[in-house]
This record gives sequence, C-alpha cells and structure tokens, in this order.
Amino acid sequence: MNKILLIIQREFLSRVKKKSFLIATLLVPILFPAVIGGMGYLMVMEKENAGARTIQVLNESDSLSLENTDSYEFVDVNASHDQALEAFKVSEDYAFLYIPQFDIDDPTGFVLYTKSTPGPTAVNSIESILERKIKDLKLVKYNIDSETLAKLNTYVSLDTKISSSDTEEEKESNSGLASGIGYATGFLIYLFLFIYGGQVMQGVIEEKNSKIVEVIVSTVKPFHFMLGKVIGVASVGLAQILIWIAIMGTIYTVAGSFFATQMSSGAQTELVEGTTTTEITEGLQDNPKVAKILNEINSIPFTRIILTFIFYFIGGYLLYGALFAAVGSAVDTPADAQQFMLPIMLPIIIGFFGMSMFVFDDPGGAGSFWLSIIPFTSPIVMMGRIGFGVPFWELALSMLLLVAGFIFTIWLAGRIYRVGILMHGSKVNYKVLAKWFMMKN
Amino acid sequence: MDVLKVNNITKRYANHTALQDVSITIPKQAIYGLLGPNGAGKTTLIRIINQIIEADEGEVIINGKPLSQDHISIIGYLPEERGLYKKMKVGEQLVYLGQLRNLSRKDAILKSKEWTKKLGIYEWWDKKIEDLSKGMAQKIQFIATVLQEPELIILDEPFSGFDPVNANLIKDEILELREKGSTVIFSTHRMESVEELCDHIGLINKSQKILEGTKKEIKESYKSNTFIVDHRGALNGSLAEGFSVLNNQSLDENFFQSNIRITADASPNDLLKNLIEVTEVHSFVEKIPSINEIFISKVEGGSHE
Repeated sequence: MNKILLIIQREFLSRVKKKSFLIATLLVPILFPAVIGGMGYLMVMEKENAGARTIQVLNESDSLSLENTDSYEFVDVNASHDQALEAFKVSEDYAFLYIPQFDIDDPTGFVLYTKSTPGPTAVNSIESILERKIKDLKLVKYNIDSETLAKLNTYVSLDTKISSSDTEEEKESNSGLASGIGYATGFLIYLFLFIYGGQVMQGVIEEKNSKIVEVIVSTVKPFHFMLGKVIGVASVGLAQILIWIAIMGTIYTVAGSFFATQMSSGAQTELVEGTTTTEITEGLQDNPKVAKILNEINSIPFTRIILTFIFYFIGGYLLYGALFAAVGSAVDTPADAQQFMLPIMLPIIIGFFGMSMFVFDDPGGAGSFWLSIIPFTSPIVMMGRIGFGVPFWELALSMLLLVAGFIFTIWLAGRIYRVGILMHGSKVNYKVLAKWFMMKN
Repeated sequence: MDVLKVNNITKRYANHTALQDVSITIPKQAIYGLLGPNGAGKTTLIRIINQIIEADEGEVIINGKPLSQDHISIIGYLPEERGLYKKMKVGEQLVYLGQLRNLSRKDAILKSKEWTKKLGIYEWWDKKIEDLSKGMAQKIQFIATVLQEPELIILDEPFSGFDPVNANLIKDEILELREKGSTVIFSTHRMESVEELCDHIGLINKSQKILEGTKKEIKESYKSNTFIVDHRGALNGSLAEGFSVLNNQSLDENFFQSNIRITADASPNDLLKNLIEVTEVHSFVEKIPSINEIFISKVEGGSHE
C-alpha cells in the first residue's frame, strides 16, 4: 500500500512539475472562454453587419405579395423572366425568386436562383414564407375574413419548469443553458479520456523502453505499479480540474464585481472607495436584466454538476486509463499501439456522438438512457444529460455500473500488463494478448 | 548458513519449460557465478528469486525463510535490461528506488548521498539522467542496486553494458560489499569475469542445472592430471610407461612446450624426475582447466546427448 502511494506520488509530482502542465492549467480557463466568447462575438457581428438580404422577385401571380422580414428584403422586378434573370446575374443581390401564375391548391413552378448553393436555412425560411402566404390565400378562399385571420395568429412562449418526485422544489429550467453545460462538461470528459489515457499509455511505453520497469517490478507487484501509475495520472487530472474550477470561480466573482462597478458608476454615482463586494452584488441585483442572468446562473446546480463531473471523470478515466496502460505494456513503440487503439477509442467516440445526437434531442429517451447507463459511454453521455435533470435511480445505476466497469477493466488490464511489461520485441496481436491474459503468474 | 536455497524449481511456459527441477545453494558471502548459454533459464531463475514471476513448482528459501515481500529490502537487483527514468534527477531517482526497496525516505536520502559521494558523483545530484553520459548513468544504476547494502546482490550480465572503467569499479565495490557480508550472484555467459571473481559456480543448460560447486572443487574434478612442460631440447620419446605426451610444439629455437598426462599411478614428482633425465626443464605447471573450457565441454557435451 505504501508503495502504491509512493508511485502515485512520483507520477503526480513528475507531471505537475512540468512546464507544460503549468501552461495548460493556466491558459485553458483563459483561452477556452475567450475562444467561445470570440466566436459568439463574431456571430453577433456578422448578423448585425449582414442586415437584410435582398431578393429580387419576379411575381407573375396577381394574388400573392411578399412583405419584407428582418432577414430578407423583397424587391419586385418588372421584366420578362429571362431579362430579369440576366439582370440578377450582374446585380449584387442575394437571390432571384420566380413566382409563376399558380393554382393555390397545387402551387408549383416556384424557382429560387442564387449565385452559389444556398444554405438549408435560407431555403427553408423562404419556403415557409411562401407557405404561410399561400395558406392565408386559402383561408381567404374558404371565406375566413381578414379579421378572423388576424385572430388566428397565436404566439405561445413556453415557460419550462421541472416538477418531479425526484426534485424537492419546482425549478425554472433553462434547456439552453442546461444543454450548454451538459455539452461542455461531456466534451471535457471526452477530451480528458484521450489526453490522460494517452499520458498513461505513453508513460508505460517510456518505462518499458527505458527498461526501468524490471527494477521496479522486482520491488512492487506489476498490478500495484499499474494502479499507482493510473491513479497518479488521475490525480494530475483532478488537480488540474480543481485549479480550473478555482480560476473560473475567481473570474466569475471578479467579473461580477467589475460589471457591478461599471453599472453603478454609469447609472448613478461613482463607487465610494471601500465598497464591499456584498454591496456591489446588491447593486448588481437591483438591475433587473443582470439579475435575471444572475438568477439563471445561480439556478444551475453547480455543486451537483461539479461533483457529478468529478465522479464521472475519475470513473471514466479509471475505466479507460487501465486499458490504455495495458496497450502501452503490450507494445514497444507508440506506432505499434495503433492497432489496439480503435476498440478503445470507438466507445469514447460513440459516447461523444451519442451525446450530440440523442441527448439534446431527447435527454430522457431510450438512446440517451442506455448510453448513459452503459459504463463505456456513460461518463460522457450522463454529463450531457445531467443539466436536464436525471432521475435518481438512473444516476445511481449508472454510477454503480461505472464502478463495476472500471474494476473489471483494471482487472483485465492488470493481467495483460503484468506479462506485457516484461516482453520486449515480441510481435503482439489480440491472440497474444489473450494468451497473456490466461497466463499464470 | 546458506543465504539462498532454491529447491526444485520448475517453471513452464505455454510451449516450453524454462526451468526443470532446478536447485541451487548459495552460502553466505559467496560470489556465485550463475552460468549458462543464452536462453538456458538464468534470467527466469533470477526473476523468480526477485519475485517478478512465480515458479510453478518448488520453493525459494532466503536465510531459512520462504521468499516473501519482506525480502525485497535485503535484495539488490541489477537486471540485464536496465535503465532509469530519463527525466528524473539523480538524487530523486536514487531516493525513489531506495524507498521502493523499503528504505525510509530519510535513510534513502542518507544512503544516496553517501554512495554518490563515495563514487565522486555527488555534484550530479540535481542533474537529470538524460543530461548525463552513459558511463555516469551506469554508475547511478549501480548505486541504485546496492544502495541499501543488500545482503543478496543479484547482477544479471553486469559487465555487458558497462564500460571497462565502470566494470572495474563494480568489481571493486562488489568485493568490498562482500567483505562487509553481502552475498553476490553473477549471472553471465562471459567466463573471464567468473574466473576472476567467483568462488562458487552453478551451471544451467537447457532449463536444467548440470553442475554446481566451489570453483576449486569443480576445477579439481575436471583436472586431467596433465602437465605443461617447457623444456630445451626435444623429448626423445624416452619417457617411462604411464606418461603420455599429448602434444608437443616448438616455441623457439630448440625450445618446446609439451602437454604430458600421467596415466599411471605416478606422482608429478615421478614425471619431473623422468623429464629431468631426458631434457632440460624450464617450467613445469599442472594444467588446470579454465571455467570456459569446462563450460564449453559441459554445454556441448550436453547438446550431444
């Protein structure tokens, strides 16, 4: 036991002391939000700059007329079809829409000309504009007057709240925020599995290549050695995450007080020196808009998400880390490891795509459920679901299976590892691995 | 008291037997040469003693007790495949390896400093292994092996990777450790070092022990009662009955060297007397087989069986 601690300590210190660890740990929490913020900013700018796109309309029907929207400005042209098309080609406009004479019960013959393939969103929105117009025409045709027509337009905005036996109180849910956090944390676990799993494998290959391994296994059981390495690297990951959480927390607090300062100075008087943070926060909450955002952020169960995240990170990492260690022990060079990587990487990738495909579509659906229960994908998929609220028994089952899963993979990996690390220059395939697995001590 | 007794060890792998009923006994303060051609099973035996692998049958007894984790602290092991953490500093590395051998951190630091000072490399304490020359790294590897002045030092092919300067250093330190009470096992297929250092020998060939004993006994038993005689003037074929000349070569003008075996019940003095009568004897030595010769004759003899 002491020896495992000793090995964990070495693995931890040798990695944490590296400059690359320091750089990654400090830069990521700064770069990550900066990149996301930057992209968000660009998107907003693009929308603002773009304004409405001009679409030339050659309208041969007498019944239909198009109104401008936020995104599209419709300009009527009066020319023959061919002339108008020629004119469009040399114009700067976005598209040319041809509306023929049509039968409202069978509207056909509409053509949208563009200079390059239009995105599906553009086509969809123009189609829906036309569909709405034609529907209105039909309603008029069936003798519904325009007054009734106006009344028919109903707008509903859903306030979503969660109410189930698992949660004590009704909560306002924000599925946008929930999916954002789910995606971010699931993606982080996906990244960590590869990064730290890769580190374990590389570490094992290095030990094997530098031949130190035989000295060490003469003092400690190979299984303990592997366990020490896997846990040591896990503790590096954990330390990194904790530092990130601390940094983000600090940024959040500092940014909060910064905005408060901005607002109070802008809105009324300058802040008197010596104002405490509480006062600032109070001032902040006086502003309804900021208060709403803050409320939303505060309604996120951060503690629960962080704790679940740490659990799934450690569980998922132990599950895969051991397998990565086994692969490292079996090969002599990283290049030889390729052939064994696919079966390990595949479930991780399935988990990630499963999260993108199923969870945001239907966080409680069968696909989401199974992927968040099966240990090989649960660390990623369950993180994706967690923001939407997961029944307690599902979470418990998933965690339990994950623990069982990593105990199994560590046991399996240990049997391969103890033989693999002492083998040099042998050609290894799955059959050989199976043989090692079966071998007596 | 025997430091190490290996009793009837057998180790089988899927398609071959690495050790077949092997027993060896190593007395205290011996320098024991574990000999055998490549693939004979030496490394397997050493790995079993180091508890890296387990034997299928048989037992290992150290100081009268069955091999256990407690023995890790009294064994020092230099494997044939050796290396160190390249990115780790010399001091850290020695302390770490010492702690793995059950030394307390305090003792490990103390011993590491002692040894690095003794071998004159204390100034390298804070250097990383990758920044050292190969010879330096070899010294550190050796220190790591003997750090806790182990009762049993196991060296697998110690001279194959080391340059001559370090090899000599190891020899001297090994002899010194033996004086202090350590027992040493050399596993090697190089005979020169065995001849020079070992006092006990065990020979393994094809998974089986085929010879064991003190170097002296073994040599005694492989003596063929042959004498090497340098003499002036040719032997005129006039030696008495029971002395047969095996070969005769000319060294210099009128100088010859002859190998003569005593086949009858006669003493070396009888031979000498007889020789003096027929030639002018310049040197008269008993021909003692080298370990190398014994090794080759046993191994080749074995393979012809």
